[in-house]
Amino acid sequence: MTTQPVNDAPLLEVKDLKVGFRTGKKAVLTAVDGASLSIYPGQTIAIVGESGSGKSTLAHAVIDLLPGSGHVISGEILFEGRDISRADRKAVLALRGSSIGLVPQDPMSNLNPLWKVGRQIKEALVANGVATGDAADKRVVELLEEAGLPDAETRARQYPHEFSGGMRQRALIAMGLASRPKLLIADEPTSALDVTVQKQILDHLDTLTDTLGVAVMLITHDLGLAAERADHLVVMYRGKIVESGPAREILQDPQHPYTKRLVSNAPSLASQRLSSVRARAEVREQAVQTASEIAAEVAESSSALGEGRDDILVAENLTKIFTLRGSKPWEKIDFAAVEDVSFRLRRGTITAIVGESGSGKSTVARMVLDLLPPTSGNVIFDGKNVRDLKGRGEHLRLRRQMQPVFQNPYASLDPLYSIYQSIEEPLRTHEIGTKKEREAKVRDLLDKVSLPTTVMSRFPTELSGGQRQRVAIARALALDPEVVICDEAVSALDVLVQAQILELLNDLQAELGLSYLFITHDLAVVRQIADDVLVMQNGKVVEAASVSEVFDNPGQEYTRRLLDAIPGASIPLGG
Amino acid sequence: MSETRPGQERFVAPLDETPLRAIDAVDVDAVPESQWREAWKRLRRSPLFWLSSVIILVLAVMVAFPGLFTDVDPYARNANNLSNQFAPPSEGHPFGYNFQGGDIWARTVYGARASVAVGVLATIATVLLGMISGAVAGFYGGITDTLVSRLSDIFFSIPLLLACIVVISVINNIFPNRGFWGSVSVVVLALAVFAWPQITRQMRGAVLEVKNLEFVDAATAIGASKLTNLRRHIVPNALSPVIVSATIMLGVFIVSESALSFLGLGLPQNIVSWGNDLSDAQTLVRSGQHLVVMWVPATALAVTVLGFVLLGEAVREALDPKARKS
Repeated sequence: MTTQPVNDAPLLEVKDLKVGFRTGKKAVLTAVDGASLSIYPGQTIAIVGESGSGKSTLAHAVIDLLPGSGHVISGEILFEGRDISRADRKAVLALRGSSIGLVPQDPMSNLNPLWKVGRQIKEALVANGVATGDAADKRVVELLEEAGLPDAETRARQYPHEFSGGMRQRALIAMGLASRPKLLIADEPTSALDVTVQKQILDHLDTLTDTLGVAVMLITHDLGLAAERADHLVVMYRGKIVESGPAREILQDPQHPYTKRLVSNAPSLASQRLSSVRARAEVREQAVQTASEIAAEVAESSSALGEGRDDILVAENLTKIFTLRGSKPWEKIDFAAVEDVSFRLRRGTITAIVGESGSGKSTVARMVLDLLPPTSGNVIFDGKNVRDLKGRGEHLRLRRQMQPVFQNPYASLDPLYSIYQSIEEPLRTHEIGTKKEREAKVRDLLDKVSLPTTVMSRFPTELSGGQRQRVAIARALALDPEVVICDEAVSALDVLVQAQILELLNDLQAELGLSYLFITHDLAVVRQIADDVLVMQNGKVVEAASVSEVFDNPGQEYTRRLLDAIPGASIPLGG
Repeated sequence: MSETRPGQERFVAPLDETPLRAIDAVDVDAVPESQWREAWKRLRRSPLFWLSSVIILVLAVMVAFPGLFTDVDPYARNANNLSNQFAPPSEGHPFGYNFQGGDIWARTVYGARASVAVGVLATIATVLLGMISGAVAGFYGGITDTLVSRLSDIFFSIPLLLACIVVISVINNIFPNRGFWGSVSVVVLALAVFAWPQITRQMRGAVLEVKNLEFVDAATAIGASKLTNLRRHIVPNALSPVIVSATIMLGVFIVSESALSFLGLGLPQNIVSWGNDLSDAQTLVRSGQHLVVMWVPATALAVTVLGFVLLGEAVREALDPKARKS
């Protein structure tokens, strides 16, 4: 230590920090337990963890923005050698904004919708005494330009609703850097954004903080992203730091079992591994075989809807046009959400539809599920055109053979229904079995999705997101379908839970010979699970090929951009 | 790794300090809690709820068995004895007598029946009308929604009491002398016909919100028909704001009945009701004498309404605990 030059003292030092939330009169929930870390001037470090790991609480403790009942129990937070956890309010207030900037998580809710964007940034300048009046107005435009917003002068006069998510995040970055802080805390700055936008924003943030010499504390759940952007990693698990050190070292040689789990399951990293590709190939082989046995049965049976074809689901030139209100009351605008989309799903395989928000991928799923009538085009299920189905009976048979699993595990189960009622509902609707037989079936389904039968009498609010998604999968399987449409089924889950659910979907496919249509925005997940890919952009298919083709040899510029945007893809891994 | 700086050396926490948990483990010992049961748990802890429950319970007993509270039956042929006019309280007659020589306390006890009957029945009718129209408007949308919404706007724009005064006086002219239940049902209908839009609006809003949730799509994909979906998933999930309004509305209707009777339009004079007693007492207010004739039914009315409003408040807090923080 004595040999260290004076100017190389840490900018921020957190020593044995303990942060708690008061939950009752005496009860305290410890959210951060004994965390220590250092950040040097100009350095980028990342704190990685799942939701509830305490990573945001740690960051908020540094900038004294702990919500409600949160408070520092013990430990020190030294900023340039001064303990700010015990400093008086005024001193912290002076520090916040001027020396420590914050880029918050959700660009949608962190700008005041009633104020022009420029005024909000000006407020930050004035509050920190950087500039006032005309000088501040000028500075606002400079800052917005610096944050990478073209035509900054006009933009400053616009309201947040006129900005896209990426533009709002840029405005928030401009605000966070307004008074040239020495430390910028970026709390999941891009989790709400599309991958390509995420990459742009992070690239920009990188260059900006490099030129300005700002230290960055990046909070993220994505290990790949963290390793790509930071020199030093801090991994948190249930309030404690389980491992920290140089980013590459951790990624290539994780020591703590939790870090090992994270490294092997993070989709952006796992997708590179050949082992996962091989495992998928085995699953597919088994699934295709089981599926062909089922197909043979279907072909002979008279009660099933289909004919036992190899292409179980075919979409032909699907188009959906929505009519929107124009700027004048009598004007109507036609908006093509989906244009001329065709694909085929082979029995026992997984076709993924990938696209960013607004690409029309979910609209395709809804049309395939017969929840939304297509404007034109056909959905053909096992040789039967869905348009030609007659009567409720045939429609019910289609429903029986094709079931969805939706994105939001918090909204896809009726909160008033117990888990038993939710899973039993399809059986009851189709009048299958007696009460006893239905109960046995529900038990069996819960077992298939690895949930204990004790959850039967519980309600959705009592389960975690991953557990609810298991229930949703059990419900989808209740009618023994052949096709399951997963609409962003794992997007809302933490990485480890996500990996677990993907594995479950794989196992179920091998066992039951299911075919999946897998809608997702995450190309990394696609590589782990899919066989064929359809890349969509603005309602159109830009590329359709097998997974290996798309990953190894993308044919389109857009696909390449998507692939490049997968965080951490360039980092070599050990093992 | 020569570039590692002090404070950033490789650190691995000992495993026994940071034990790993199974990913996404299920808490096997947890007790099932439905939304309603949870609400009930919160309700049980609310002093407001217990206070209002006691008031409502006493009121209910009064309605069912008025004989438990007084030995005098104001409907008896010799109930009013002019020789008792404004007589002071005596044994068995805790508040004395009114202008007609009727027992004030007994009349108040028996009057509860009319007030509560109007309140409860009018609330049931209003909620049924409002729930069905609101659910249909919200669920089917389009032209159905426009029709129902505009119709409810029209009814909403008419002041409740004014409309009831007009309707009831017209009906009174056509069918005089209808007996207890006949009179009650006219007041109930008049109130319900002009009060439903409030419930309709709430129900419509709630249904619009619920119908776009994914579990509704999931039920459709399962094969549930539109009506089944509406009945089994949408309406039950849209119900809580309506329940809260209904409780508060009950109090409002009881006041409305008294107001109408006070104006001589609600229940006819031969029916014992708080409104009628208050109406009789109004001449005394000017002279300022024998005000107890007014105070007793007025207090009963106020306490009853308070009971229902407090219940509504307690139920609202129990169903939506988030609202309390703000």
